[in-house]
Amino acid sequence: MALLEVEDLTVNFYTQDGTVNAVDNLTYSIERGEKFGVVGESGAGKSVTALSLMRLIDSPGHIESGEIRFKGQDILSMSEDEVRSIRGNEIAMIFQDAQTALNPVYSVGEQIAEAMRHHLDYSKSEAKEETIDLLAKVGIPEARKRYSDYPHEFSGGMQQRAIIAMALSCDPDLLICDEPTTALDVTIEAKILEEIESLAEEFDTAIQLITHDLGVIAEICDRVMVMYGGKPVEKAPVEELFYDPKHPYTVGLMSSIPRIGDSTDRLQTIPGKMPDLVELPPGCSFHPRCPYAEEACTLSEPELLDTKTGKPASEVGTNHSAACLAYSGDLTGELDYSVTVNEDSKSNAPASQITGDNQ
Amino acid sequence: MSLRRFIVKRLLAIIPILFGVSIITFGLVHLTPGDPVQQILALNPRAGPTEKQQLREQFGLAAPIWEQYLNWMKGVFTGDFGEVYRSRRAVSEVIYSRLPETLLLGLFGWVFGLVIAIPTGIYAAVHKDQLGDTVSRFVALSGISIPNFWLGLMLILIGSLTLGWWPVTAPKRAPLLSFDMLWYLILPGLTIGTAAASSIMRVMRTSMAEEMNKEYVTAARAKGLPERTVVLKHVLRNSLISVVTLAATLTASIVAGSVIIEQVFAWPGLGQTFIQAIRNAEYNLIMAITLFTGVFIILANLVADILYAALDPRIRYD
Repeated sequence: MALLEVEDLTVNFYTQDGTVNAVDNLTYSIERGEKFGVVGESGAGKSVTALSLMRLIDSPGHIESGEIRFKGQDILSMSEDEVRSIRGNEIAMIFQDAQTALNPVYSVGEQIAEAMRHHLDYSKSEAKEETIDLLAKVGIPEARKRYSDYPHEFSGGMQQRAIIAMALSCDPDLLICDEPTTALDVTIEAKILEEIESLAEEFDTAIQLITHDLGVIAEICDRVMVMYGGKPVEKAPVEELFYDPKHPYTVGLMSSIPRIGDSTDRLQTIPGKMPDLVELPPGCSFHPRCPYAEEACTLSEPELLDTKTGKPASEVGTNHSAACLAYSGDLTGELDYSVTVNEDSKSNAPASQITGDNQ
Repeated sequence: MSLRRFIVKRLLAIIPILFGVSIITFGLVHLTPGDPVQQILALNPRAGPTEKQQLREQFGLAAPIWEQYLNWMKGVFTGDFGEVYRSRRAVSEVIYSRLPETLLLGLFGWVFGLVIAIPTGIYAAVHKDQLGDTVSRFVALSGISIPNFWLGLMLILIGSLTLGWWPVTAPKRAPLLSFDMLWYLILPGLTIGTAAASSIMRVMRTSMAEEMNKEYVTAARAKGLPERTVVLKHVLRNSLISVVTLAATLTASIVAGSVIIEQVFAWPGLGQTFIQAIRNAEYNLIMAITLFTGVFIILANLVADILYAALDPRIRYD
């Protein structure tokens, strides 16, 4: 049994402009201790997915259907008390912007200790000692002195470390990291990522890492899911995704990464923008931006298919699937691109270069 | 330490403000037509110019106006606010005798306002756009829009005439802390409290609803805290800052704002005295009440500033 199994999750937001289908029939699972990445542009439904796992979708959002099984138990059918005993305790979250995720009027230490006192029934002084240990562990110097500091007395990097300490305080089995380093500058980003990785190792915690940054995925994750318009478009082990991307959108994302030594003047981009989630285009939501789109793509919506056999991923066990008609044989043309792997001994991140008429 | 310095600094700043207030009031009072001498002697047709001059000198009104001001100022520095022309009672004595009535009335209204407004505001913010919120907002808007003297008259009409639970005017010659007076206090207290409650409730709701959308609220929920803790611990303290500002300005109405209400209910407080003083051109009394109100408002704001720092650690005075 996987640690987390999400099945057919659908989340809608009822806005004045219409119903936004933020997450559509999403299915994925995370094993114990696994590091699972979720990539996509803004508005792809990544954060909504994350909040759904804790049932923290607030009005006007609503979880329409699906199942979220955590250790075999369906979170969506639990009572409010049962969900609360999981939040912060077994599933914890690292927020994108630590500055806004910390309450400005309570001390950092108190906010970290709070969850432990609530879930683990620690006394005030036990929780305090534990918090000081945690603060030291996430790399905050003079943790004892810093315990009673307020959020505004912490630097951005330290605030993010405090948020990490808060998330780890009850030793969760699943850590959801929602763009944990987006608000930080690049030098601190690398340190924080390392920190998250080694702490997850130490606490034996599974991670669902949400990001739009493929570099971050490459650094940390075992498996990746690429999302577009509220749906998964490709799922693959991280190496395969980088060396052998199967979905045109993934290919577009990869070629948008600027590379050192590139001689082109302009940064490659995927033309167009994310579709309006109120009115998704018919057929494959990516077809208006896809260089390989054909008429068939406007007619039928592809499901996730095993990229080798072309069979629906839900029926055969596969670790690499993509939602593209190219794999069901409904396209007349080929996905015409090639990946050149640039073995750079200095960098341990896979560096692949994609060429083709994807512009 | 720094807080003490802040308080001392603010207290020192009162002096120039009061100077300004006193000059403006003094000027305005003397600009208004009709002086006390004329008013007093109007009742006595036989009084001639000599009597007039005599009285003027006796009241200190014969000198040029700047000299009068300096004389008055000299008195203030020695704690002497002059006397009431007609009764020859010391002004300070008159104020002391009326102050408890006004303070009690204002305090009742103010506390009533807070006690009603804060829980209602929290409820409305948590149940934003639901029935309870809509109803409470409608009531609050009415509370602000209804002129308070009219509300006072209606309360008298219903409470005194229809129900007969209260006398029509404040009981005369009853000590302030007697049952009769305290019972009667409810009517003017409710009148003042309604307006206060309405505006505090609206601010409470707005600022709380705004805070509820912040990410730290989601973060607190993600920690697994019960909604009660999230709202009453995390959100409330952040939303109280704007409420404190408003509550502080409203304390000013304890002294200044109850003028009309005291008149409507014949409540024997400072407000009534103030209106009489203006009518009778009792310069000294007007000056003293104005100064006292000024000091009160400044002190209330000072307390609000100190409370900010207690509520929000980002605010520090040094």
